[in-house]
Amino acid sequence: MDHSSLAGRIFRGVALALVLAFFMFPIVWIFLMSFQTNEQILRIPPHILFEPTLANYQALISGQLRTAAGNLEISFMRNLINSFALSSAAVFLALLLGVPAAYAFARFKFRLGETIAFTLLSFRFAPPLLVLLPLSLYYQQLGLNDTYFGIVWVYQLIALPLILWIVRGYFEDISPDIEHAYRLAGHTWREAFTRIAVPLAGPGIAAAGLLSFIFCWNNFVFALILASADKQPVTVGALAFVTASGIQYGQIAAAIVLSVTPTLLLALYAQRYLVEGLSLGAVKG
Amino acid sequence: MLPYLLSLPALLVCIAILVPFVTAAVYSLQRYRLNLPYLRGFIGVDNYIDFLSDPAFWNTLRISLTYTALTVVLELLLGLGIALLLRRPTRFHNAVSIVLLLPLMTAPAIAALMWKLMTNPSFGILSYLVSLFGVHDFKWASDPSSALFTVVLVDMWVYTPFIMILLLAGLRSLPRQPFEAAALDGVPSSFVFFRITLPMLAPYIITASLFRLLDSIQQFDIIYAMTQGGPGDRLMVFQVQAYLEFFQYTNVGRSAALLMILWLITNILSNIFIKNWLRLRARAHGHA
Repeated sequence: MDHSSLAGRIFRGVALALVLAFFMFPIVWIFLMSFQTNEQILRIPPHILFEPTLANYQALISGQLRTAAGNLEISFMRNLINSFALSSAAVFLALLLGVPAAYAFARFKFRLGETIAFTLLSFRFAPPLLVLLPLSLYYQQLGLNDTYFGIVWVYQLIALPLILWIVRGYFEDISPDIEHAYRLAGHTWREAFTRIAVPLAGPGIAAAGLLSFIFCWNNFVFALILASADKQPVTVGALAFVTASGIQYGQIAAAIVLSVTPTLLLALYAQRYLVEGLSLGAVKG
Repeated sequence: MLPYLLSLPALLVCIAILVPFVTAAVYSLQRYRLNLPYLRGFIGVDNYIDFLSDPAFWNTLRISLTYTALTVVLELLLGLGIALLLRRPTRFHNAVSIVLLLPLMTAPAIAALMWKLMTNPSFGILSYLVSLFGVHDFKWASDPSSALFTVVLVDMWVYTPFIMILLLAGLRSLPRQPFEAAALDGVPSSFVFFRITLPMLAPYIITASLFRLLDSIQQFDIIYAMTQGGPGDRLMVFQVQAYLEFFQYTNVGRSAALLMILWLITNILSNIFIKNWLRLRARAHGHA
């Protein structure tokens, strides 16, 4: 290959620099913007050097937004807490339901298991609104509309297929002989499952859990339809905040930074497993 | 008995998905408006037939397909290019590939807000940058002529890393012998690329593009957060249109019929997808 030729190396260098600029610039720019006052943001031409201010973050944390029209109450922190609560609860439930099922699908080849696994997989690719809109009407009748439980339940649509298929792959990679030997020594299947299979599949379970958390956190449409203001996560809250605050660009940027920081940190932490998770276990990184 | 017991909770979730799905199918055959409940009744496939003569439906179909084709093709080309650049597993290349994942891990709705700030006509940095090249008053997403371009750009920003990371994993898992043999024989690199690399990478390319195809034709977050389907009906893709039919026009029947059509399209695609994906998965888990 042409790694060695000078022209080739220059071309690769320039191409990589352009790629990095395109993908990194928005994150860096919004990050910088979140430390600027509105006057600094509105300057033309834009300044790279500026005196940073924490006022935007202070306004978000205190929930008091000073605008020309007077003081505006905002509850962005509430949205952040909602995101944490909803995503954690959804992942917890999905692991509780999904890991035993994944084990069953990996160890026992049975018709119903395959049917469930493929139904969940195919609905991973169905239009979410197709399920969500009728569900919202059912929810109204059942009194589940605008409840945390109702939202956590539909988040299973995101988390469960992911956990089921990734963890299933990990269980399939463990030789059943180990468990057989353990069972022959007089242990029950439950002990074999909790003491042998789950620890051995541990990294896979952790990766699937982390990824599910990221995807639940990043979800927008579910909560847009099912949650009212006080239960909305950051994705929906940030959009409402933009509409409400109008021209408070610094605070919008700060809200964006707070919304994406948790998932970006988790993604960096879990990057080893991202390839496998993103392909639902079909490609190993 | 045991396996059935273990999968019982997952089965319940399945039922909880299938019930609303069947309900949607039934709604699509009804005249059903939330604001006119007494008019509700079975009308067969009239909702579907109405679409045939409805320019709004053809607009939705056209915009959805254009958006999907543009994003998938551009992301595939760019993602493949980046994967090839990062192919050798050096420390620097690995670091770059990890950093490039950050847009993919940003919530698409939030990504749309980031780009909205950057394309703001009065202070947006991108508006400023294009003005340096003599393009003044470029309106990005708020101008019908550049709205599609703008949301496609945001989609590329978010999702190109997805293609890149899958193809990079694929490239690095290819066996070395064919490439070493080709190098020994002095085979030109374009021949190596088109006759060895691409064919061997094909299952990865197909899986990654189908993943994107299925998500792209259903795109909602970016478009809704950016323009809510506007300006006018310029970006009225399937799910945005269905959302507005439901909440703005409270026409449940039409909304459901629109989503059933989208489901039909995605269902055909996802069957092809699952076959490919299973083949890759079997290979990854060593029981091909």
